[in-house]
Amino acid sequence: MSYFEFLGQYGDRILSGTLVTVVLTVLAALLAIVIALAAGMMRMAPNPLVRGVATVYIEIFRGTSLLVQLYWIFFVLPLFGITFEKFTAGFVAVGMNLGAYGAELVRGAILSVPRGQWEAALALNMSPAKRMWRVILPQAVLIMLPPWGNLLIELLKGTALVALIAVADLMFQVKQINGTTFLSAESFGTALIIYYILARFMLTPFMRWVERIMQRKLGRA
Amino acid sequence: MFDWRWDFTWEILPRLLAATGNTLLAAGLGYAIAVVLGLAFALAQRTPYRSVTVVVREAIEFIRSTPLVLQIFFVFYVGPQFGIRLSPWTAGMIAIGLHYAAYLSEVYRGGLESVPKGQWEAATSLNLSTARTYFRVIIPQALPPSLAGMGNYLVGIFKDTPMLSVIGVAELMHTANAIGSETYRFLEPYTLVGVIFLLISLPTAAGIRLFETWVRRKLGMV
Repeated sequence: MSYFEFLGQYGDRILSGTLVTVVLTVLAALLAIVIALAAGMMRMAPNPLVRGVATVYIEIFRGTSLLVQLYWIFFVLPLFGITFEKFTAGFVAVGMNLGAYGAELVRGAILSVPRGQWEAALALNMSPAKRMWRVILPQAVLIMLPPWGNLLIELLKGTALVALIAVADLMFQVKQINGTTFLSAESFGTALIIYYILARFMLTPFMRWVERIMQRKLGRA
Repeated sequence: MFDWRWDFTWEILPRLLAATGNTLLAAGLGYAIAVVLGLAFALAQRTPYRSVTVVVREAIEFIRSTPLVLQIFFVFYVGPQFGIRLSPWTAGMIAIGLHYAAYLSEVYRGGLESVPKGQWEAATSLNLSTARTYFRVIIPQALPPSLAGMGNYLVGIFKDTPMLSVIGVAELMHTANAIGSETYRFLEPYTLVGVIFLLISLPTAAGIRLFETWVRRKLGMV
């Protein structure tokens, strides 16, 4: 079977798998961003209990494997009465894992906003919340965007693991195709190229674009 | 916990600990491959031949932007299609070693670029050969700034070894899966796997930070 015949026959499944991967990536990214912001700021809270909760969360999710977390969420949480549908379990696991990594980026970026900015906000009598949202966070976002680009590529790659709990993403589809046709080079090779295109020619340019917009908004273009 | 059974825990713990040995072995072997191959990748990007530089650069980008689990499948299944049969261990080590070599080469690259230009000029003026310049002058200075990154990826490769279970390498995750399918109990094996990972990766990460400060102090860089 030539490669074009292969694509003709299995193109639909590969495409639908790619779509599932993209949707998973977007949902997991949104979850990771929310968790990273929350846990990152909690890590700097004056209350030691709040700080402790965030630290434990971050250490647990950074200290174990994504695959272990995924299996735990999918197979063990139901024993405690929390049952996720496999698709949900997939993006929740990926989002929670990468959110823990992102939390450290958020914390680092917030701490690297120059001190004068904090003092100026204080001098203008802004409330702590307003100071964070209007002054500190926008500048922190600009600082942390480049490492977030790398993190989102890690996230995209992480979604491939959900195939192991039978979510029909790209990885799962090519695994199935390989199982019936034994055309390993064609099926896995195609998937490798698609992941590469998604990471290099979609995600990376998208992050550059977001960076440019943020720079313009802060008047630093 | 709701129905955590301690007798079952003690029963499966020896099996899981034995598998932990395999996990550590896989991480160690994979890391050894990655450390050497990564240096080769980093040096290959500094050759004067543009074609070599570009090809290696793109290959690294490709490896870094595709999922490790897919690469493991690729290495394991594509070989037999062309008559090369690889054992799960061999295929797994090739895949994970290559993957982390790509990451480590970026770490080395940063380290090599941080060596001041004057060091190169001094080596040239002393008429040292390129190999001697690299091994006696440049790499010893490029190493300390690379240590933090290298340590992170040591922990990283350890945490990625569960992916080897997909092609049947009998490491921790694979054993936990086996226990789960034999006994229909998932709570204890998967939780224990998580705990074992935490107990190894957190102290290792802390140890690496200590080692890094020790090296810096030893080399008088603090």
